[in-house]
Amino acid sequence: MAEEVVTQVPGNVWKVLVKPGDTVRPGDVLFILEVMKTEVPHEASQAGTVQSVNIYEGQEGVDAGAIAVTIA
Amino acid sequence: MDGTIRKILIANRGEIACRIIRSCQKLGVRTVAIYSDADKNAMHVSLADESQPVGPSAARDSYLRAERVIAAVKLAGADAIHPGYGFLSEDCDFARAVIAAGFTWIGPTPQTIEDMGDKERARMLVKAAGVPVLSGSARIMPDDLHGLAETAADVGYPLLVKAVAGGGGIGMRRVDQPSELEKTVRATQEFAAKSFGDPGVYLERYTEPARHIEIQVFGFGDGRSVHLFERECSIQRRFQKIVEESPAPRLETASRDAMAAAATALVRQERYAGVGTIEFVVDSLGGFYFLEMNTRIQVEHPVTEMITGRDLVELQIRLASGEDLSALTQASIVASGHAVECRIYAEDPSRNFLPSPGRLTAFEVPNSVPGIRIDTGFREGDAITYYYDPMIAKVIAHGPNREAALSAMGAALDGFRIEGLKTNIGFLRKVLVHPEFRAGNSFTRFVDTYMTELLAN
Repeated sequence: MAEEVVTQVPGNVWKVLVKPGDTVRPGDVLFILEVMKTEVPHEASQAGTVQSVNIYEGQEGVDAGAIAVTIA
Repeated sequence: MDGTIRKILIANRGEIACRIIRSCQKLGVRTVAIYSDADKNAMHVSLADESQPVGPSAARDSYLRAERVIAAVKLAGADAIHPGYGFLSEDCDFARAVIAAGFTWIGPTPQTIEDMGDKERARMLVKAAGVPVLSGSARIMPDDLHGLAETAADVGYPLLVKAVAGGGGIGMRRVDQPSELEKTVRATQEFAAKSFGDPGVYLERYTEPARHIEIQVFGFGDGRSVHLFERECSIQRRFQKIVEESPAPRLETASRDAMAAAATALVRQERYAGVGTIEFVVDSLGGFYFLEMNTRIQVEHPVTEMITGRDLVELQIRLASGEDLSALTQASIVASGHAVECRIYAEDPSRNFLPSPGRLTAFEVPNSVPGIRIDTGFREGDAITYYYDPMIAKVIAHGPNREAALSAMGAALDGFRIEGLKTNIGFLRKVLVHPEFRAGNSFTRFVDTYMTELLAN
């Protein structure tokens, strides 16, 4: 089953730690947003292969609820 | 005021800008606000007599751009700059540029800011003043991780990896075992390079259970110094304070006096000018160790103002304008009663304090609770954006004793109505009634230790 990892809050993209083709395990940090001077890590909830990464480091003003990474 | 400072530019935003403007108004000094695009209609802008734009919403493009702030002070024809806290307040190059451009810098000398801002150098200077420090390492740069494991073993576990240029709890990570060390050092260096422009870190022994207690100091710039008692700041989440109080409960007078003596000795040695805070970690045996010195007004300064009746921002301005402050003797500074502060944040405690930006569709503050002061930079309808700090307001309660202050604080927190975003008010309420907090048993891991109870409905 595919997993869509969405941004929990609006903010800037501070780090992207995966690229398409990477295998990930539950709990792996996929990307980190910078929100209100705080790092907000987003993790995979299931194992799989990264299908797409729709954000980039340094990207500003990402909305909450945006599909950032897909895993299958 | 004797007239040497007639107009002040406040190089900040939010509650602290509003609070500084209020002291200026009391002194009859004109005020200039600065604002980013996001803050065009912000409360601090409307409170000031004049305002100047400094750029786009992101802080690094506006509030952190020294040359834009200096251009603004020139355009406004102000005499002096008050930096508040955060942003450029501890940037020695900015302070130098302000002075070089012919303006008065309301703060300590750039050299002091530089000395205390470099946390590794500060530890050396503090040791020289006879103040105890925790075991720690020298500076560690990204290309120099050789011997890291041995260095860490000498410092001892658990330890903290801290940014040399950091402070205020930002850029700090805990390491419990050797296997996490290198990864954490690298991550902290990367964070420090991005946040402070300096990747240097150092290791410092982490003690627990421990309390965070700080001494408010004032230096006259000529070696004279006074203190304005302590603040207990152990209730923290993510190394950020959320509840502060004074006097510190269950602190021996002898310990408090020893800390105050150490703090004022440092101020004398550095010929410090203005308000400052010396932060200590206090172990379970009452031993205390220097953490850092903040060379600026502190977020929690109202706690001290409430028990002493002194306006710390006014003192900063009077000193900067060259007034004779010799009436401010140690004997003249008297503490009365008990004060506590709670920081209301836009965040969701149940989701690991996830920041919660949004618009304040409703924002009502309690207005009939005696002994309450509320410092905020927002009004109903304002947005708390993801660009800046999540603090919405500070609530400070003062009473004849701790019970009375805590009771007033509880009533004040109950009197808020905030809609449009999540806040930590419910969480703060739980902290205030927790039996261990009530008993005065605060320690820095309090929130982590009692998280389940503090989140329970």
